[in-house]
Amino acid sequence: MCAHPNPTDRAGGLIYQREFQAGLRKLSTNDYLVLAGTFHGVHAITRSITPKLPLAPSTSPVASSPGTTAPATSGYSYPNPGVPATGLEFLETDKFHLTCFQTLTGTKFLLFTDPLTGNVDTIMNKIYELYADYVMKNPFYQLEMPVRCEAFDRHLGAWLRGRT
Amino acid sequence: MSATKASRIGEETRIDKVNAELVTLTYGTIVAQLCQDYDNDYQEVNKQLEKMGYNIGMRLIEDFLAKSGVGRCANFRETADMIAKVGFKIFLNVAPTVTNWASDNNQFSLIFEDNPLADFVELPDDGRAQDELWFSNILCGVLRGALEMVNFASPFPVQMQIEAHFVSDVLRGDDTTEMRVSLVRYIEDEMPPEEE
Repeated sequence: MCAHPNPTDRAGGLIYQREFQAGLRKLSTNDYLVLAGTFHGVHAITRSITPKLPLAPSTSPVASSPGTTAPATSGYSYPNPGVPATGLEFLETDKFHLTCFQTLTGTKFLLFTDPLTGNVDTIMNKIYELYADYVMKNPFYQLEMPVRCEAFDRHLGAWLRGRT
Repeated sequence: MSATKASRIGEETRIDKVNAELVTLTYGTIVAQLCQDYDNDYQEVNKQLEKMGYNIGMRLIEDFLAKSGVGRCANFRETADMIAKVGFKIFLNVAPTVTNWASDNNQFSLIFEDNPLADFVELPDDGRAQDELWFSNILCGVLRGALEMVNFASPFPVQMQIEAHFVSDVLRGDDTTEMRVSLVRYIEDEMPPEEE
C-alpha cells in the first residue's frame, strides 16, 4: 500500500504530506505544493460544472440539462437541491487511485493508493480522527499552518503499520 | 496504605478519560482568575471567555465531525438540533432544549436544565457579578467558532456566522439558564479570487 494523505487547507495550500511506503520516489517539495494547488482548482471547477436541471416541472424526457458554468440562475437547480454539489472525489488510473475527502470544514485529504488497496474510506476516516485529535487538539498548533506535530506522525504511522 | 492497595483502589474507581469535576474546577479557576486579572471588570471577563470559547470551537468542530460522522445540515433548524442533541451531548453530556424560535427561523434559544460548568458555583456577592458576569460564556464562543468553520448545505458551500449570548442563568437567580443563538449571515466560501 502506498499512501500520501495530504490535508490541504481551504485556500489550497498544502499543510502536510507524507509517504507510507518506504522507498517511493519522492517529488520535490515544490511539486507537492503545485499538485495540491492544482487539485484545489480542479476540485472547485468540477463542483461548478455540475449539471443543473430546469426548475420548472420538466416535460422533457432529458435527464439533465447541458452543463453550465454560469452562476446559479433562478431557473435551474441541482438534481437534489438539498444536497450541495461536491467536487472531484475519486480519480483512477491503471497504476494508482487518488481519493479526495473533503470535510465539512473544507479541509481536503488526498490519498494516493495502490489500485489493490481496499477500504480507503476506513483509512480516510481514521486519518481524519487522528488529525482531529493530534493536530486540531494540540493547543500549540496554529490553524491553517503547516502541520508539524510529532504525535500525529507517530500515531498515523503506528496505525497504518498495524493494518499491513 | 500499601502501594498495591492504593493502585487497586485507583484502578477500581477509575473512570473513563477524566473526572468531570476536575473539568468543572479547572473552568471555575479560569473564570475566577480572569475576574482577578481584569479587576472584576465582568464585561471584559465575558468577552475573554467568549474569545477562548471561539478558539476552542474552531478546533473542536473537527473532533465532532470526525467522531460523530454526521453529515451536512439542510437548514438552521437542523443545525440547532445537531448542536443540542449531538454536540452538547457528546462533549458535556447534557441535552439542552431547543425552543423559542423566531418567526424567520434564524433565532432560537437553548434552555439548559443542567450545566456541568456551573456545578458548585456561587457568583461573588459584590453586587455586580450577579448582574454582569455570564459565568458559562465560554459556551457561546464555542458555538460561534464551531459553526464558523462548518459548511452549510446550499448550492454553494457557505459558512455560518452566528452570535450567541446568555439571556438568563440560574447562577444569577433566574429560573432557567437560557442561551440565545442567532444566525447573523452566511459567509460565501467560493473559489479564490478570479485568476487570469
